[in-house]
This record gives sequence, structure tokens and C-alpha cells, in this order.
Amino acid sequence: MTEPATERADELPLATVPTGRWARPVDNVVLAIGPIVLALITCGVLLAAIGRDPFAFYRDVVDAGMLRPSGLQDTITRMAPVLLISAGLIVAFRGSLWNLGGNGQYLLALAVVAGVGPNLLGAVPTALGWVLLCLLGMLVGALWTLVPSLLKVRYGLNEIVTSLMMTFIGTSLAYLLVKGPFRGSPVIPQTMVLAKDQMLSDIPGTRIHIGVIVALVVVLIVHVVLTRTSFGTRLDVVGANPRAAVHMGINVARMTVVAFLISGALIGLAAAIDLLGIFGYMRAGIDPDYALRVVPLVFLARLNVIAVIPFAAFFGVVYIGGDYAARRADVPNVFLLLVVGLILLFMVATQYLSDKRSRGEPLLPGRLRGVGRTTPKVATDA
Amino acid sequence: MPDLLTPTFLTALIGAGLLSAVPLLFAGLGETIAEQSGILNVGLEGMMLGGAFVGFITTLDSGDLWLGLLAGGVAGLVVSLAMVVFCVRLGLDQIVVGIGIVLVVEGATSLLHTTWFGTTYPRLPAQPQLAIPVLSDIPVLGGSLFTQPLPVYVGLVLVGLIAWALRRTTVGLEIRAAGERPDSLDAAGVSVVRTRATAEMACGFLAGVGGGYLAIVGAGTFVPLLTNGSGFIAIVIAMLARGRPWWVVGGALLFGMSLSVTTALQLIGVNIPVDIVQMLPFVSVLLVLVLFARNAHLPSSLALPYLRGSR
Repeated sequence: MTEPATERADELPLATVPTGRWARPVDNVVLAIGPIVLALITCGVLLAAIGRDPFAFYRDVVDAGMLRPSGLQDTITRMAPVLLISAGLIVAFRGSLWNLGGNGQYLLALAVVAGVGPNLLGAVPTALGWVLLCLLGMLVGALWTLVPSLLKVRYGLNEIVTSLMMTFIGTSLAYLLVKGPFRGSPVIPQTMVLAKDQMLSDIPGTRIHIGVIVALVVVLIVHVVLTRTSFGTRLDVVGANPRAAVHMGINVARMTVVAFLISGALIGLAAAIDLLGIFGYMRAGIDPDYALRVVPLVFLARLNVIAVIPFAAFFGVVYIGGDYAARRADVPNVFLLLVVGLILLFMVATQYLSDKRSRGEPLLPGRLRGVGRTTPKVATDA
Repeated sequence: MPDLLTPTFLTALIGAGLLSAVPLLFAGLGETIAEQSGILNVGLEGMMLGGAFVGFITTLDSGDLWLGLLAGGVAGLVVSLAMVVFCVRLGLDQIVVGIGIVLVVEGATSLLHTTWFGTTYPRLPAQPQLAIPVLSDIPVLGGSLFTQPLPVYVGLVLVGLIAWALRRTTVGLEIRAAGERPDSLDAAGVSVVRTRATAEMACGFLAGVGGGYLAIVGAGTFVPLLTNGSGFIAIVIAMLARGRPWWVVGGALLFGMSLSVTTALQLIGVNIPVDIVQMLPFVSVLLVLVLFARNAHLPSSLALPYLRGSR
């Protein structure tokens, strides 16, 4: 070691790269939980700043969303659409296809299922009707993705803008259907209400409908398809580099359309299960606005469908418990969007730092490094 | 079929249409600049909403329209700094960060609004309008077209300025180069990060002004989630205009009018569901895209971060 140590020392990473068997899983857990913790702390500080008690707020969230039996069951019920929409987004995002039109796909499927549901369930055996309505929701959601995907494949039009436009059209069309052909009430613009025995049955002993089980099974299937089949691999290749995919003999156009179809179908299924399990009818103007709010979970789970499950549970607790806590603390429940958005921003920031660290690069830009460090030479000599 | 060319109808259509078109115009202009520099600014809605809130409270406090618009612009600029740091400087995913920004601003403005106003929604007085002499005396159309709040005219002047700047000035050339071939721009000795950061901040400022206009002049009040998707519509408009500021005007007018046509039709006794009308501009634009999409061109480095030395 004849090299002058002082010059090299400046290039040393602040932290050493972790090694060993548990380094990666531990890293992943930190990367997944860290942003959530940071976001909750930030929001807690904000709450304190406006004179609310953050500890009481979070206690209320946990209490109402998890500890009370009814809250816990609501939380689990809420997981069904979140899981399915996440799975739908993951299928598209894995192929680097930005399906930002999930809301239109969801609402349109919701309107069609709500409109057709009461008559169909009156005509066929209930169980068969549920299956048919779920398929119908999937079909509607899938068809609504055809315009963006075909425009992208044929003319190279950016799917972000076309899927956004389709979401505006889909939302208006859904309300129009509810006000017009599917209207079931002369007074209020809403569809006919399903009878109690036409709604999805509950798991015995609970208020959780069987749609949650369906959602879990579908999510498992999607996971297997994405990680254990050639379709999943091809989708990943298309997402990583479409040009390389062409050279591998992958039909990129077909993959694009199919991925979009699956994405829309899963989101449509979420709508069908929501309607049959929770809502029972659709009113013009309602909009759970899932699509954008689910995006953070999908990225926290690193586009892994199974990993979404705990985040979906977290999401459920935040929404069910947060609704109650927000009312108690007298803050608007839109405030919860702040939590979700901050999680997203903290996530990209921690991911960035982690990538730097795993490349062995210093965590801080050159000018900030060395401030307050007095003995940088030791490491190189060792 | 009632007469569609009555002054009542046309005034309602054009007057209200322009009113809802102006925020889209400002935001769409900003997005155009950002997109030309290679940034797909999905956080536009957040910048508008931030501008709307800050602009509203400033005007409410000071009573001054221009101060409110300026404050709105500054708020939009501050929001856009998140985009600058995360996406331009660090090269992180623009779409993820953009969505994060929208959610954060939606939550933050709602929280602040409730904290300060509770459930009251104070209103601002109507803003003064400027009638252009001679032109505003033109029968039928003149009155509504040429009697507008002053920011409308400022917006139109801005369109000309930005169109000229993007085409004919060095800064414009650098911005477009940052969107097409950032590596060439870098090789020419111009900082891609600085160029894109400037464009992004200009976008944030314009979106903030648009949001401020929406709250101060358009709605005259602020309610949580006031922008209600305008930011996303402006992104669509900017993408369709593909870097041509005058097309942004056309797009903003088309969407603005479609928002006002329902009310205008009701004035003369025609009832069309508002949903159909709100759908129409998107449907017509999609048809235009299908028919003429062959020469669609977006900056080739749009939404791609520029990291020096990486390929």
C-alpha cells in the first residue's frame, strides 16, 4: 500500500456493504417498513403541529382498524379489491406498461355488474349468477384496456395518456349507465339494490364475504403465473427491454395487449366482488378512487404479488381505522392520502440510498462528505 | 331544435368555457415545457392544487388578485422542487414520484384547509373584468369573448412568448435538446440537470398560477380536492399538443367549452346529461388520435432520467 491514503479515503463509502446470508432479506424488510415508519412519523409531527394528539390518532387507527373484531373484519373485507387491483397493476407494470386507467376500468365494471346483477341473479341459480357476474366484470375491465393497448401497439401512442383518457370516458360512461339504462330508482340516480341473499355469502361466523378468499386464490394464481411460467418471464423481458424482447423472438405487441387485458380483467373482478360483497348497488357519482392510491403498495411490494398481501392489510387498517380516527380528531379523512403519498416519496428515496449503498457508493454527495469526520484514513490501511 | 345562436347561449358557452379553459391553459403550457425537456410531470395535479390553496388564502387575506396568482405560482414552484430533486437530480422514476406528489398535496391541502377554516368555505368577491374597447362591442360574440378577467389576456400573451422561446431562443433549443438527446446536450457543455430543473420549475409555476386562477377567479372559493382531475386533463392536452403551445390553447378551449356546454344548453332549455358532454372531448380526441396518430411524436427521452455516463 504505497498509494497515498488521504486521496482514497474520500471515496470510501460511509457504510460498508452488508454481507452474509440474512443481509438481503433484512435489507428488504427495512426498505419496505422504513418508508412507512418515516411517513407515519412525519404525519404524526404534522398532526401535533396543528394541535391534535398524534398518539391518540394512531391508537384510534389501530384500535378501530385492527383490534375491534368488527374493524378487523372490515379491514379484511377491504383487502379483496385492493389485492386484486394491485395484482392487475403489477401485471401491467411488470411489462413497463403504465395502466393508469384503473379507475375507469373499475367503475365501468362496477356499473355493468350493478346494472345486470339484479336481473341475472333473479333468473339463474345464485352461485352461477355470481360466477357469471364476476366474469362479466372481468370482461368489461379487460375490454376497456383495448383502446390504450391497441393504440400503443399500432401507432406507438403513449399508454399513459390514452389510459388516462379512457379512465375519464369510463367514469362518465359508468355514471351515464347508472342514470340511464341501469337506473333502478325513480328518485335517486342509482341501480336496483341486491337482496341480502343475493350478495356473496359470509364466511361462517364472520362478516367477511367469500370474495376475500376468491381474491386471495386469484392473487396466488397470478403470482405463480408471473414467477413460474414462461409468460411471466417473457413479460419481465418485455418490461426490461422491448428491443431485446424482439430479438428473443417474443411477440411484444401480443404481450402488450395480453398484459393489458389481464390487468383490466383483474381490476374488473375487483369491482364485481366489491359490488356483490359490499355495495349491493351503485349510485352515480361514487368513486372509491382506488387506482392511484394502490400504486404505492404495488411499489412497496416491488411488483411482487405475494408481498402485496401484508401491505394490503396495512392499507385496510389505515383506511378503516383512519376513517374513524380522522372523525375523532376532526381532520378530513382525505388527510390519509398524505400518509400514502409520503410513503411513496420516502420509498423512492430509501430505495435510491440503498441502491447507492449496494454499489458501494458514498451515501452523500462529495461536498457534504467528510464534514464532521476526523479520521477518514483508518479504513484503507487496515 | 331551439336556436343555438342566441346571445344567451353563446355568452354562457364562451364565457364559462373560457373560465374553465384558463387553468387548463396555464397548466398545459407548463406541462408542455416540462415534456419538451424530457420530464413527464405526472404531479401536475398536485402543483395546481397547491397553487389553488395558497393563491386562494393569499387573495382572501390581501384582497389582491395578482398577489394571489403570484403566490399560487410560487406554491406550484415549491411543489415542483420535489420533482426536481427526486427525478431530475437523482434520476428516480418520474411517474412514481409524480403520483406521490399528487397524493401528498391532496392530503396536505385538505388538512390545512380544515385546520384553518373548519367546515366554512369563505368566498371571494367576483374579480374585475377588462373589456377590450371596440372588440367587446361586436354584437353577439364580442361581449363574452372580449370581456374577460385580465389574467386571460396575460395567458394568451404567455402562449405567444413560450411558443417563440421554445422555437427561437437558445434556452428553448436547450430545453428541446434535453428532451430529445440529453447526452448531446451534455456533450455540448450544457448541464442537462440545470436545463430540466429550470423547465420543471417553470412548469410548476405555471401550474400553480393555473390552480390559483381556478380557485380565485373560477370557483371563488377553495374546497378540498378542488382541481378534481384538471391536472390530468392538462397532461392529456399537453401530450396531444406535442410541444406546440398554440395547440394547448385549442385543447384547453375544447375541454373548457365541453365543461360549460351543459349549462349553456340548459339555459336555452335543452337537457343533455352532463356525463355525455364531459365524455365528448376525450372521445373526439381519441378519434383524432386513431385517424391521425401516424405522425405522433413525443420527445424521445421523455420520462427517462438522464444519468451522465450511463447507457
